[in-house]
Amino acid sequence: MENAIELAGVTRRFGTLTALDGIDLRVDPGTVVVVVGPSGCGKSTLLELVCGLQTADAGTVTAAPAVLMPQRDLLLPWMTALDNAALALRIAGRSRDEARDEARPLFTALGLGGFEDARPYELSGGMRQRVAFARTFLAGKPVLCLDEPFGALDAMTRSDMQTWLADALAQQPRTVLLVTHDVEEAAVLADRIVVLSPRPGRIVDEIDVAVARPRMAVDESVVAARRRALEAFA
Amino acid sequence: MIGAVLIIAALLGAWELYVDSGGVDDLVLAAPSQIAQSLWDDRGLLASNLGVTAQEVGLGLVAALALGLLLAFAIHFSPTLRRALYPLMVGSQAIPIPIVAPLLVFWLGFGILPKIVIIALICFFPVVVATIGGLDRVDPELRKLMRTLDASRWQTFRFTEMPTALPAALSGTRIAVAVAVIAAVFAEQSGSTSGLGRLITQAGYNLDSPRAYAAVVLLAAFAVALFALLGLAERHLLRHRPRDPSR
Repeated sequence: MENAIELAGVTRRFGTLTALDGIDLRVDPGTVVVVVGPSGCGKSTLLELVCGLQTADAGTVTAAPAVLMPQRDLLLPWMTALDNAALALRIAGRSRDEARDEARPLFTALGLGGFEDARPYELSGGMRQRVAFARTFLAGKPVLCLDEPFGALDAMTRSDMQTWLADALAQQPRTVLLVTHDVEEAAVLADRIVVLSPRPGRIVDEIDVAVARPRMAVDESVVAARRRALEAFA
Repeated sequence: MIGAVLIIAALLGAWELYVDSGGVDDLVLAAPSQIAQSLWDDRGLLASNLGVTAQEVGLGLVAALALGLLLAFAIHFSPTLRRALYPLMVGSQAIPIPIVAPLLVFWLGFGILPKIVIIALICFFPVVVATIGGLDRVDPELRKLMRTLDASRWQTFRFTEMPTALPAALSGTRIAVAVAVIAAVFAEQSGSTSGLGRLITQAGYNLDSPRAYAAVVLLAAFAVALFALLGLAERHLLRHRPRDPSR
């Protein structure tokens, strides 16, 4: 199978600072790869490289069309929740009504039914994040790059969101590259965990998590994957 | 509210007392009671002249807004235009309008056109400056997001930059509205056959200070009404946004 994402010897510098150093990474279509690493190890840079928002200083990046879900939800405050979710469709040329109609099923599936016309500031953090996810998903690109999608949420909401993300991907498989600093989140969501070192970011371990879904954080193999990832840090 | 009314009443009372007690010749400064009398006696004259001035201000503001937004968008889209037009715009604000206005009247006649030009010339500047500031203030992360959603330059403008700039553009418009009335008076004094500005000049020549002040009161009331109207429009346009403490 052809790779959805392939990075070969990718290095990215900002001035004298090396953010990423010699990254080799291959992601198969339809799989979920979670990149974990401490803050400032170049995780976000990695995603922006894959999405074509930055260019590598050395090495090559090849990727199927990818869409970025940034760390902050960046919902437009002057649009309703449903219009925010449908933004990518409008950019693709649909009228407002067509875009809304097309976005509605996913919007409801994400548990946002009844909040179509709410403004972003009226929504909870978890709901805003789901709207942002819907917007990302509806861009219709084969690769989703998710930058700490649940980072700003409390533990309970976070665990719910991980469950629905797993469900959503089970229904409509996409290639996902997700970065987080949460090792447990990585173990619950990933087909493969990639562990990055502190600056400069280098891959220090790759862990296959061959566990059937749905997974629980307390499943034995999940715990094992988590332990191995933590050991890779040390 | 009651406090404000009391303060205004006290100020008017003091003014009335000052003039009535002979502190100043009432040819020079009319008393509030005389002004009120003139407002009533000259109501037909004042109303028709207010109509003329209101039309000038309305059209002048529309022209200022159109010119201001157009320039702001052009400058936003083109760095070359930014470098070329910004100095010209700032320079245009150094033009002494009261001196240039009569020349404009020679050129464009005694009709409404030179008034619109003068008002637009004075009022477009705050609109441009505020709108450009608003357009520049778009979150860079938001631009990135629009890029990954494959938005065109125009779509980024339409969906993110323009709405981001709206509150700033409205603030600029507020300033424009506040000075538009003075601009109209300038314009009328440089050559016109009607309007409140001209009426003030005329009443001055005739030493009819109650009528001159009555026209001033009317101008002030008109400016306040215009400002309030803009406030309503603003509240409508920004009705869905979270409350901004600076508003």
